[in-house]
Amino acid sequence: MTSGGAPVLEARRVVKTYAGTTALAGVDFYLESGRVHALIGENGAGKSTLLKILAGVEQPTAGALRLHGQDIRFASAAEAAARGIGMIHQELQLFPDLSVAENLFVGRELRTRWGTVAWQSEDEAARKALARLGHEGIPVSTRVGALALGQQQLVAIARELVHDVRVLLMDEPTSALTAAEVPVLFRVIRDLTGNGVSIVYVSHRLEELLAIADEVTVLRDGRVVGAAPVADVDVPWIVERMTGGGLSRRHAARPVDSGRAVLSVENLSLPARPGRTALDSLSFTVRAGEVVGFYGLMGAGRTELFESLLGLHADASGRITLDGEDVCRDAVSGRVRAGLLMVPEDRQASGLVQSLTVRDNVTLSTIGRLAPYGYLSPRAESRAAQPFIERLRVKAPSLEAPVTALSGGNQQKVVLARGVMSRPKVLLVDEPTRGVDVGARLEILESLQRLADEGLGVVFASSDLDEVLSAATRVVVMARGRIVSDMPASDATPDLLAAAASSAPVPNRGANGES
Amino acid sequence: MSPDRGAAAAAILVRLRAAIALVVLAAAFSLLSPEFLTAGNLSILVKHVAINAILAIGMTFVILAGGIDLSVGSIAGLCGIAAGALLGRGLVLPPLGVVVYLHTWMVVAVALGVGMAVGAFNGVLVSRLGVAPFIATLGSLYVARGAAMLTSDGATFPNLAGSADLGNTGFTQLGTGSVLGLPLAVWVMAVLAAAAVFTAGYTPFGRQVYAVGGNERAALIAGVPVRRVKLLVYVISGFCSALVGLIIAAQLGAAHPATGQTFELNAIAAVVLGGTSLMGGRGTVGGTLVGAFVIGVLADGLVLLGVSEFWQMVVKGLVIVLAVILDRFQRRSS
Repeated sequence: MTSGGAPVLEARRVVKTYAGTTALAGVDFYLESGRVHALIGENGAGKSTLLKILAGVEQPTAGALRLHGQDIRFASAAEAAARGIGMIHQELQLFPDLSVAENLFVGRELRTRWGTVAWQSEDEAARKALARLGHEGIPVSTRVGALALGQQQLVAIARELVHDVRVLLMDEPTSALTAAEVPVLFRVIRDLTGNGVSIVYVSHRLEELLAIADEVTVLRDGRVVGAAPVADVDVPWIVERMTGGGLSRRHAARPVDSGRAVLSVENLSLPARPGRTALDSLSFTVRAGEVVGFYGLMGAGRTELFESLLGLHADASGRITLDGEDVCRDAVSGRVRAGLLMVPEDRQASGLVQSLTVRDNVTLSTIGRLAPYGYLSPRAESRAAQPFIERLRVKAPSLEAPVTALSGGNQQKVVLARGVMSRPKVLLVDEPTRGVDVGARLEILESLQRLADEGLGVVFASSDLDEVLSAATRVVVMARGRIVSDMPASDATPDLLAAAASSAPVPNRGANGES
Repeated sequence: MSPDRGAAAAAILVRLRAAIALVVLAAAFSLLSPEFLTAGNLSILVKHVAINAILAIGMTFVILAGGIDLSVGSIAGLCGIAAGALLGRGLVLPPLGVVVYLHTWMVVAVALGVGMAVGAFNGVLVSRLGVAPFIATLGSLYVARGAAMLTSDGATFPNLAGSADLGNTGFTQLGTGSVLGLPLAVWVMAVLAAAAVFTAGYTPFGRQVYAVGGNERAALIAGVPVRRVKLLVYVISGFCSALVGLIIAAQLGAAHPATGQTFELNAIAAVVLGGTSLMGGRGTVGGTLVGAFVIGVLADGLVLLGVSEFWQMVVKGLVIVLAVILDRFQRRSS
């Protein structure tokens, strides 16, 4: 135990095994009052398991938890919540058909003296919580499903705020936030710790951890491999412990090639709807061999752009040409067949078919071509999928393993492998490394470059400046449904991009007119 | 035996529970009733099973794709009536003042076409107009039943034997004929089951059905023609329903417009007993077949033992609920 306040929450020699596999092998962890303790490790290191045990979602196989110095056992998350422990899950656990205010009070509704729901008090408390997060602009009566992912994340945080949490467990709280929103969250965290709330903070973004945490504990293979005050450590120290030595390489952007145009977009527009950004007459071209990074803040319209390109919005207008062919009239399946593939941002909701195996997920876009006579041979299918599994370095126990058995990074590689296997001309990747650990992140970004080298046009969207600058050969900045800047990566700097992304474009001025 | 192998063996037993239940039931009934294992009883048993199994096979595709088809019983009734009308009354063409009698094979083809058309109607409602499957097929349940009643004015078309003069004999063979000692209905079931196992497990379409049921949005983004898949599963179900309508009409030698009422519930029960998830995306045709046999053996055995019809219903209901509980148990442990 180090200096500072008394430990609020402690885990001692905690062991957790699932049907034979050991997720945690005797972990010690402590959380001091009013401090932020970062928990870090690659996917599968045991962070999520430890969090779930602290939150009462799971019970340890062996070992003990202590709360305020007393041994304690939580039989359920509700028991932990009653003792002031709240958790914000990485995959947001919200009710899309309920309003923001209803979401904040689900299961713990405020009541009037007649026993009915106290709508006004709930709305008021919800407004206060959102204001505290700096987002009083989100109407509390909005259906949560109609909000963008980043806003939903804020709602999830607000849900814990309205209840009197003493310990807040945050699993990747910034994964859906943009660079501009992270400082807002950090302000909230400081505000909370100033009021004596203690926070366990899990994230893959190392710079972020160093900026916000007081202590850091590094996990690898279910063991603690390092624990220190943040003041004493730096990024290489953490990475070395996480990966067990093998230091990560930094990816260098290559100069822009002038290949043939594989994707031309002219005047793409999308009318506004609740919860989605309108697109205003976007035009751009992607050439073979390019990696184009679309940078922008939350609500800039990058996801809407990708979805419109793929044909998911029937009310989108404009001209989309794929390798010389007009694909505007094609349905999604037609555009996929023509060579336009998308790797969506939300893996669980839009990327994976959870009930299928690893192999079946990889071959899903190619399935028709694997059975020329209508007969799909499992052997041939595995043989066809294997090279792509290897190329993207998917770590899976077997091709027939359920895809849900893989870690987040490997699941993302599976979705990428599916896209690559279909031999696309253009690959659209929305937030390629959301919720992915450091090692897998580099591999994924490198594979984007390799694909471009093979003659694909690669387009990706990211809210991470570093990622855009290191992985793209060209950077396009979007703001409020428009393209505000388009430049080679070699000309781009963090300041330039951040300034462009937060600029409000003047109406009726074609920002892309110069190209 | 190591604990791991013990756990693996237990897991296999749980997975094969429906098949094991089937074997145990069959063994128990053969011990309890000397009649159970007689050729006569088994022939009746498989004929009954065939009807439900054929409906359940079509239903399996619909449920795997994340839907449900409540209209199968009504479609069976409508198609039986369609065949009955064409054989018994002929095709009346008022403007020409002619009555056309189709060849037996044509009658069968038209009836199958009617079933597939109603299935396509369901499919369009679900895939194009976004109507919830439960509602869309509930609507078709009434529409198809009403259409059957209207066609025959609520009456039965008796005597579907046809006449040699009109060249439309042989229809009842479908109900009474047998090949290698097995009733034709059982052969239809066997061929259909083989085709369904192949389609579900070894064709791109089958994989797409699983994908659509497992995660529709992910399937769409991956390029699966989601609308077409959803349309086709209802057409398949309509085709299977039509087969059942034809078989029952042929077995009775008469077409009654009320045929097939509540059959949809038996078909869904067989699918669920066979381990297919009502949420879609998980399940097998083989499981459905076993489920249909469990229901059939249970019904047949209880009749032989003289258990009252009311108790039979109670037992069937409990077995279905037990199966679903076991299913949840297995999913949680895996």
